[in-house]
Amino acid sequence: MSRLPITKTPKVYVGGAFIRSESARTFPLLDSAGNFFANIPQCSRKDLRNAVEAAAKAGPGWAKRTPYNRGQIIYRLAEMLEARKSDLTDALLVGGATPSRGKAAALREITATIDRLIHYAGWADKYEQVLGNVNPVAAPYFNFTVTEPMGIIGLLAPEQAPLLALVSLIAPAITSGNTVVALASTAQPYPAIVLGEMLATSDLPGGVVNLLTGFRKEMVPTFATHAHLRAIAGVANAEERKQLKLGAADSVKRVKLHHAEDPIDWYSDKAEGLYEIRDHLEFKTTWHPIGA
Amino acid sequence: MLTLTAKKSPRASTRAHGRPAPELIFGDLWEFDPAPETADPKLKARYELFIDGKFVAPAAGIYFDSINPANEKKLAEIAQADAGDVDLAYRAAQKSYDTVWGKMSGRDRAKYLYRIARLLQDRAREFAVAETLDGGKPIKESRDFDVPMAAAHFFYHAGWADKLDYVAPGRRVAPLGVVGQVIPWNFPLLMLAWKLAPALAMGNCVVIKPAETTSITALKLAEIFQDAGLPAGVVNMVTGFGDTGAAVMAHPIAAKVAFTGSTEVGKIIMRSLAGTDKKMTMELGGKAANIVFDDAPIDQAVEGIVNGIFFNQGHVCCAGSRLLVQESVAAEVLAKLKNRIKVLRVGDPIDKNTDIGAINSKEQLATIKRLVASGVKEGATLFQPACKLPAKGYYFPPTVFSNVTMSHRIAREEIFGPVLSVLTFRTVDEAVEKANNTAYGLSAGVWTDKGSRVLKMSTELKAGVIWANTYNKFDPTSPFGGYKESGFGREGGRQGLFDYCKLV
Repeated sequence: MSRLPITKTPKVYVGGAFIRSESARTFPLLDSAGNFFANIPQCSRKDLRNAVEAAAKAGPGWAKRTPYNRGQIIYRLAEMLEARKSDLTDALLVGGATPSRGKAAALREITATIDRLIHYAGWADKYEQVLGNVNPVAAPYFNFTVTEPMGIIGLLAPEQAPLLALVSLIAPAITSGNTVVALASTAQPYPAIVLGEMLATSDLPGGVVNLLTGFRKEMVPTFATHAHLRAIAGVANAEERKQLKLGAADSVKRVKLHHAEDPIDWYSDKAEGLYEIRDHLEFKTTWHPIGA
Repeated sequence: MLTLTAKKSPRASTRAHGRPAPELIFGDLWEFDPAPETADPKLKARYELFIDGKFVAPAAGIYFDSINPANEKKLAEIAQADAGDVDLAYRAAQKSYDTVWGKMSGRDRAKYLYRIARLLQDRAREFAVAETLDGGKPIKESRDFDVPMAAAHFFYHAGWADKLDYVAPGRRVAPLGVVGQVIPWNFPLLMLAWKLAPALAMGNCVVIKPAETTSITALKLAEIFQDAGLPAGVVNMVTGFGDTGAAVMAHPIAAKVAFTGSTEVGKIIMRSLAGTDKKMTMELGGKAANIVFDDAPIDQAVEGIVNGIFFNQGHVCCAGSRLLVQESVAAEVLAKLKNRIKVLRVGDPIDKNTDIGAINSKEQLATIKRLVASGVKEGATLFQPACKLPAKGYYFPPTVFSNVTMSHRIAREEIFGPVLSVLTFRTVDEAVEKANNTAYGLSAGVWTDKGSRVLKMSTELKAGVIWANTYNKFDPTSPFGGYKESGFGREGGRQGLFDYCKLV
């Protein structure tokens, strides 16, 4: 006699808690055989605003953590993923959009994701040494340039590589002390749901990473105009890019978007590194007289 | 109002002889003789566009007057470029990029930039006089700051041209192609150098538009480009008004646009380019807090406050236009500040003794007057020293508003004139909160004797440049640029260069 399994209610991870959409809306997710799998929260603009608020609360504390500590926490997150590879494999195989995807491909995406986190964990206490500098000004002043996180970053994950791309966008932003609000792949939102569970069991403070699921058409306009998002990054099509840049102008947001039309190799070494971290940094230069 | 000599401050009692230094304020006791700088600015009657290495007339044949704001006299007429002229400039730039500049070794690009720096130094006094006549800034500033600093920018960036492998460790960099640039009128030659030098060092070609009230030194620099043998089309200058600027920003050849100016116009440009993939750098407005703590060396701080707001008539995006002073020393700072302002000399910019020159234009003077009137109307206390302003020309006396609150327009909006708003605070946290309570984030000043507080404030203030126990210091090696609505991207240093390249 087979046991009737307990099915899981997918909830998004916002402000360190698992929530349904405030709108109480969901959309159905089918498994690869085309059968009903679960209801996914269809997050609203209000959910986005709430997530930004959570990110704002978490921001100062996260930015004040020592780089060494941030590095260890991101490393710990990688440990959580490594330990739950089979959960993630199952999560990646759910979603009608990629029925032909096999277990091996899923595993490849998961290991690449874990390695990406390890890569950024190592950067946490090093990028400053490469990007900042002392400036030899022509006057008796000590002048130095350091980096600071921008604040809250809005991220739009692509439809493809629902785990790897999402993490490839989140990791460089949080490495330097930013907090993020990310919209997951609409076609394959389930990996983001499971990722939220791993974020919750890592030592990452609640609110540093906030994950939303839902429809881009509904969310992109608010990503564009929300003045507390200091930057927008991720993947967008031509229409979305225009909309995001128009909205960004109102509060002089920083916008760095990949084109959804061009294939992006998220597995490439070029999809990770110092300059992805740099995209979400401000440079601050301080002058002080040298003298008695 | 208390005076310094009357006050027995703890500071004074620690003096060796136990009594305060006598104060020397001569007022009108002695008149200054006029001391005009007499070097020949070598102005032409008419300035053409500079396209493809040659001075060319605008297709439509329209010219506008450039006047001296110090006396409203016409200095020269300037060509007005239309979209067709801008297109020619871009084509020349693209051709130069494809055939000459983009292929040249960094070593050779460096040599051209070094030549420009040296030739500018040769003609420094001439350029300083031209800058002062055209823009209204005191000759002592154009002579000692604008022109030497412009030369320094070319010299510094020249040396980068063959060392670009060090700009982005771990990656190789490449130029973007043709860059469109629009610059403001407050530091006409210096902003030109800030924009051109890094772009050219990286191997880009440029189409640049000076501000309509201050085109002359740009076109004089074009003469130096010819003397230096800079290949045709590497730099193209199109003069004109806002519509010329819009054409420069919107041209399809521009791989990147760089703008320095108001936040308002910056936003318009961002919107107009929303449908494109052009890279952007925006250096926009500011409303900087200059924060004085009770342990600060007060006399030095007062000098810093004066330099912070009255440098270049306050036509400075990073001007310390909001003075935040700790309550316990507010009365002392304000009293000393007022005394100091009384001896500032406002008048003919070409006079070597002038501290505050002419307001750049009639329009800007009207803006300043409008905002000052709002300050009075909203209840702030106005202080202006008695000073004789010239009958002709655009002048505004140094102005200090006290009893200002955060909600006043003069505490929130960029005035871009010699107008200081004074607010007070009690605690470090309150200072940080007030300083950061603005949409801008370009710069900030901190005055304190405590090292740990300098570093704490530097960390907490949301601004791209922090001046601690100093203000308004600039250097080609030092990145400059803002947080928040003060823009993005940096100018100067390795970070500034990075904004003119792509990673390959």
